[in-house]
Amino acid sequence: MLEVVHLTKQYGPKLAVNGISFSVKKGEIVAFLGPNGAGKTTTMRMITGYLPPTAGEVRIEGIPIRQKPIEAKRRIGYLPELPPVYPEMTVEDYLHFVARLKQVPGREIKARVERACARCALADVRRRIIGRLSKGYRQRVGLAQAILHEPGLLILDEPTAGLDPRQSNETRELIRSLAGEHTVILSTHILSEAAQVCERVIIINRGELVAVDSPENLARRVKNTDTLLVEARGPAEAVARALGAVPGVAAVAPRAGGDGVAQFQVEAKGADVREALARAVVNGGWGLLELKPVELSLEEIFLNLTAAPAPAAAPGRP
Amino acid sequence: MSSLWTIVRKEWKLYFVTPAAYVVLALFAVIAGFFFYSMLAMYVMQSLGGGMFGQGSLDVNSQVLQPLFFDIGITLLFLLPMITMRTYSEELRSGTIELLKTSPVRRMEVVLGKFLATFGLLILLLIIAAGYVLIVVHYGKPDLGALWAAFLGLLLMGGSFLALGLLISSFTRNQIVAGVVTFALFLLLWVANWVTAYGSGTISGIFSYLSITSHFQNFTQGLIDVKDLIYYLSLIVGGLFLTARRMELAE
Ligand SMILES: Nc1ncnc2c1ncn2[C@@H]1O[C@H](COP(=O)(O)OP(=O)(O)OP(=O)(O)O)[C@@H](O)[C@H]1O
Ligand SMILES: [Mg+2]
Repeated sequence: MLEVVHLTKQYGPKLAVNGISFSVKKGEIVAFLGPNGAGKTTTMRMITGYLPPTAGEVRIEGIPIRQKPIEAKRRIGYLPELPPVYPEMTVEDYLHFVARLKQVPGREIKARVERACARCALADVRRRIIGRLSKGYRQRVGLAQAILHEPGLLILDEPTAGLDPRQSNETRELIRSLAGEHTVILSTHILSEAAQVCERVIIINRGELVAVDSPENLARRVKNTDTLLVEARGPAEAVARALGAVPGVAAVAPRAGGDGVAQFQVEAKGADVREALARAVVNGGWGLLELKPVELSLEEIFLNLTAAPAPAAAPGRP
Repeated sequence: MSSLWTIVRKEWKLYFVTPAAYVVLALFAVIAGFFFYSMLAMYVMQSLGGGMFGQGSLDVNSQVLQPLFFDIGITLLFLLPMITMRTYSEELRSGTIELLKTSPVRRMEVVLGKFLATFGLLILLLIIAAGYVLIVVHYGKPDLGALWAAFLGLLLMGGSFLALGLLISSFTRNQIVAGVVTFALFLLLWVANWVTAYGSGTISGIFSYLSITSHFQNFTQGLIDVKDLIYYLSLIVGGLFLTARRMELAE
């Protein structure tokens, strides 16, 4: 369905995307995961033909987008980071314009607009001016625009950015329902979102491909290092000493505290030390207020992944 | 081909859902009307005076219409940047350019569609101007051939302005910058032949050739010269071609 071969983009001296290659099969949902500035948007812009790549090739259903842009673009639906809407138009006028632009045959336009509105829950706002819609609705108009001509390949750049949790969930549901009919590539910097929606995750960092794997495998690879947050009522130094003495604990770093409450970040190596930590605190006669795993930041996940398969290096936090 | 009309229709829809087009049309009607009235008043005064000194009747063409066409040209110079400044800048700013550039449409269709849409507005403006000119035709005896030539000149000059404005607008996402630069360029093209008044030789020859006014002059006198046609058409074609190139490489 989609083949990306050695795609590279250079902005002046800055290498934004560096020789990325991957392919996506028909009907698959794939997530692009990466921190800010990783090159997700740049890669998507090259796939959609918006940006000419410095080097490399993109083929959609075997059609090279540089050589046959019109043919290839017919097969793509694209939701950019900012929904590409004209704020002065009504939702309906806008979607009609997009339908003509995407060369939907004249007699089918009405039905397609209807269908896209229904799928994106836009029926109530069809006659409203887009500029007066809330951000969430505008995002849905952007999504409707992308699926309007029922393209084989959907490219969605951060489709849930800026939505409230309920709307993000609805959008994820919608994207999942699109699978099968469409091949979907979406970008996100939330691992859990990628895990919810996608069968495969492509991780990029600093313009390079770091890993391609299923979300389950990634979660397992990332879980190698246990980082725990411990909060206890007691003298900070004594608690720290007791925690450090627990077998399997690699490091104890103090965090915000005060008011007789001490907080630590505990790095454990391999073994599950949660019970031992709890016992250490209680045996010391202090009160255990909280004990939970720390969510790794995306940067740390990348460090872990790039350091894999050796799970030794535990990234510490300042 | 149908994509071209899709673009034209979209542009027109946007012109007329915002007050922009109405403001430009109304301003033009008022300013051109003022020029027309003052030319006519001057002519009537002069012809009355001329009658007294026994000079015979004055020429409507050279006394009223030629200056009027120049004044309409100046009005276009002020107003057309307001039409072209948003064409690409707004699409770049709002990100809708990503929709246009990733749709199965040829670059040239988008550029040409945008140009034709602005050209349509120019034609509306010139229809308003024609209303004033018709009053003269009704009461005076102007040379009709010269009138047609002058309107052709206005269309070509306006078209050149539009093509250049479109090109400038494709370079910035800031409408105000696009508008100001466009206006400055038009003004330079308009006054380029002023230097020829103080000098001669190749340099002033070049300025005179570049000047948009010196080519317009012939049209107002009823002369259609191939040299002038080539000048305007090359500005239009060149401007549109460069805009398409610019869109291909942008970002
Ligand atoms: N037009 C441009 N000119 C110069 N550099 C650019 C341009 N666009 C992007 N970059 C740079 O390329 C790199 C990749 O940017 P890109 O927008 O692709 O990242 P991203 O993964 O989409 O990030 P985010 O999560 O913030 O959207 C960044 O370092 C960015 O500064
Ligand atoms: Mg991005």
